[in-house]
Amino acid sequence: MSTRPAVDAPPARRAPQGRARRRESLTALGMVSPAVFLLLLFFVIPVVLAFALAFTNARLVSPVPAQFTGLQNFRTLLDDPLFYKSLRNTFYFAAVVVPLQGGLALVLALLVNAKVKGVNFFRTVYFIPVVTSMVVVSILWTFMYQKTGLVNELISHLSLGLVHGPDWLNNPSTSMPAIILMSVWQGVGFHMIIWLAGLQTIPQDLYEAADIDGATRWVRFRYVTWPGLRTTRTFVLITITIAAFSLFAQVSVMTQGGPLDSTTTVVYQAVQTGYAQQQTGYASAISLVFFVLVLAVSLVQRFLTREKG
Amino acid sequence: MSSIAALAAAALVAGCGGSGSTGSSGADGNTLTLWTHNAGNAAEYGVVKQVVKDFNASQSKYKVKIQAFPQGSYNDSVVAAASARKLPCLLDVDGPNVPNWAWGGYLAPLDLSKGQVAVKDQLPSTVGTYQGKTYASGFYDVALTMYSRKSVLKKYGIRVPTLDKPWTKTEFGDALARLKSGGKFKNPLDLGTGDPGEWWPYAYSPMLQSFGGDLIDRSTYKSAKGALNGDKAVEWGEWFRSLVTKGYAPQKSSKSPGDDFRNGKTAIQWDGSWSAQANIDKFGSDLAILPPVDFGDGPKIGGASWQWAMSSSCSNKAGAQAYLNFSRQTKYFVDFAKATGTIPATSVAAQQVKGYETGGQFNIFLKEAQKFAVVRPVTPAYPYISTVFSKTAMDILAGADVKGALDQAVSQIDNNLSTSNYSSGS
Repeated sequence: MSTRPAVDAPPARRAPQGRARRRESLTALGMVSPAVFLLLLFFVIPVVLAFALAFTNARLVSPVPAQFTGLQNFRTLLDDPLFYKSLRNTFYFAAVVVPLQGGLALVLALLVNAKVKGVNFFRTVYFIPVVTSMVVVSILWTFMYQKTGLVNELISHLSLGLVHGPDWLNNPSTSMPAIILMSVWQGVGFHMIIWLAGLQTIPQDLYEAADIDGATRWVRFRYVTWPGLRTTRTFVLITITIAAFSLFAQVSVMTQGGPLDSTTTVVYQAVQTGYAQQQTGYASAISLVFFVLVLAVSLVQRFLTREKG
Repeated sequence: MSSIAALAAAALVAGCGGSGSTGSSGADGNTLTLWTHNAGNAAEYGVVKQVVKDFNASQSKYKVKIQAFPQGSYNDSVVAAASARKLPCLLDVDGPNVPNWAWGGYLAPLDLSKGQVAVKDQLPSTVGTYQGKTYASGFYDVALTMYSRKSVLKKYGIRVPTLDKPWTKTEFGDALARLKSGGKFKNPLDLGTGDPGEWWPYAYSPMLQSFGGDLIDRSTYKSAKGALNGDKAVEWGEWFRSLVTKGYAPQKSSKSPGDDFRNGKTAIQWDGSWSAQANIDKFGSDLAILPPVDFGDGPKIGGASWQWAMSSSCSNKAGAQAYLNFSRQTKYFVDFAKATGTIPATSVAAQQVKGYETGGQFNIFLKEAQKFAVVRPVTPAYPYISTVFSKTAMDILAGADVKGALDQAVSQIDNNLSTSNYSSGS
């Protein structure tokens, strides 16, 4: 509505156009303000608070007000063996999940991009886990991973009773792989859709030209599809990395960090420390260090995938 | 259009700020707010509502209003409300949290002398004290116990233990070995390890105490050294782990160990008095309710369940006191115990609750609570100690080096104690 006068006004008369501009930016401001307000309240202020609290001994329940303790929390953090385990598990998870989930999603996207009947059915099937709550998925998989659960029954049947699966979530060497497998299954559909969007932006005539040149499927993929997915690739890489680093819900529901710290992660440790153990200051310090790490990794990725030339 | 957007934004701001009310807290004049964790627990919630209804009808000065929360988010709600200075006047609190909340300034000391029931007649574990003051009082307690079947014990030639002569560590080990070699049961013993959270210190620290260890050195409350990593504690840890390595108990129990017991998958189950009715319904007189094992320092069980308290920010303390004193009537002790299947906090009430009367089939729970109950350490550090103990016990059960795990737990607890300036002691 408010844009009308700007369009209709004769170009000679400058003043009303300026007023219209102002009106327009006021409208924009009005429209963006709810989002900005919510972002400030639930994102910017908490982040600033966390940064400040990381340098204090603030506690969740305490009769004494928080005191500034300088770098004390960070010194404790450097001596905390659990933090290193959390860090190692987090990187392990990310290092496996990023290529696995990204690659699998691309394969699925290529499969469901085919122009055959019933492809919508498969798209839906692959996407269903994404719209299911992670907590629900985790509870179901906890049952499936039990010693006599579905997964082990399948393994036993497929191997004709020769192989008996381990107690997945109670064994330090299989707990993390079990969580990785489930997480990839849950998240792969989302990135499949992203890849699919990327695939559909590649002009069809490039494929036709390649066909006329007699290119094989692999060559077509290598020289048409892959370069065509440049920007999608960057997006998929960075979103999976950040999601992988924030691993929490699965661990909280399925293993509580155990057995023997084999699945504890940085975010899980921060939540445990901040709420269950009431050490708000220390938890903020963990979050701050984690923020810096994720930022660094994202910047490196951004640098490596930048537009060259 | 801009004006509409601005209006919407203004409304949003106003909406968010609207929840902040006037300065007085927890009460509006003589109308007091009461919080309870019983939203998902119809039986107990019913009694709370009845007490409040009776109180409101008994006089015309005060009026109590109930707000119920689901148990899972109750503690978080209280901590959040306390940070925002919005605590209600009356609230319930899980026993081991009383010192932490009293230290944090959430709770006000109580004068319970005017109620019909005297505090000295209550089970000690149902009174929440901190630093010589009473901060909370409960209507009931629960008791840990072992369930088995008389027919099973007889078949395997296992002596039925009694309160005066419980099983020793050796006898218990023999019993488990026999049940294991019989091969009839999926789990000779089920400890209920599938349930995370406060169950771990509640259920397994009494075993540690029966061995002669503890969560903290209770003479000073300044250190866990010796108590949690001494020889006795290490002995407990090694025994605890051996239950899994010998195949007596599952490392992680199923989600419903009670059903496993009732379906005959488990021979002996470590559980609480709250399961007694369901087990009686299934097995009748064949059910054996067994006292805990004496590992050397006598049988032990945990004490303290949910209790009632008054917030320190309450603007109408006289009203809150009036309600709490009104509620201290034997009939409510009886009603709570009946509704929740728990142990009534006084002997007088116990005589009126079926099964808990002298000679009743559940009277053993009352005796256990009187003889064996140890409250969890009375220190504001308890929530911290609880998380460390749970994690350590889980690690030990999963095969961690016992001494190393306990040493690490001690150093974490001691570090927390020394940096937090708690004042402890009941």
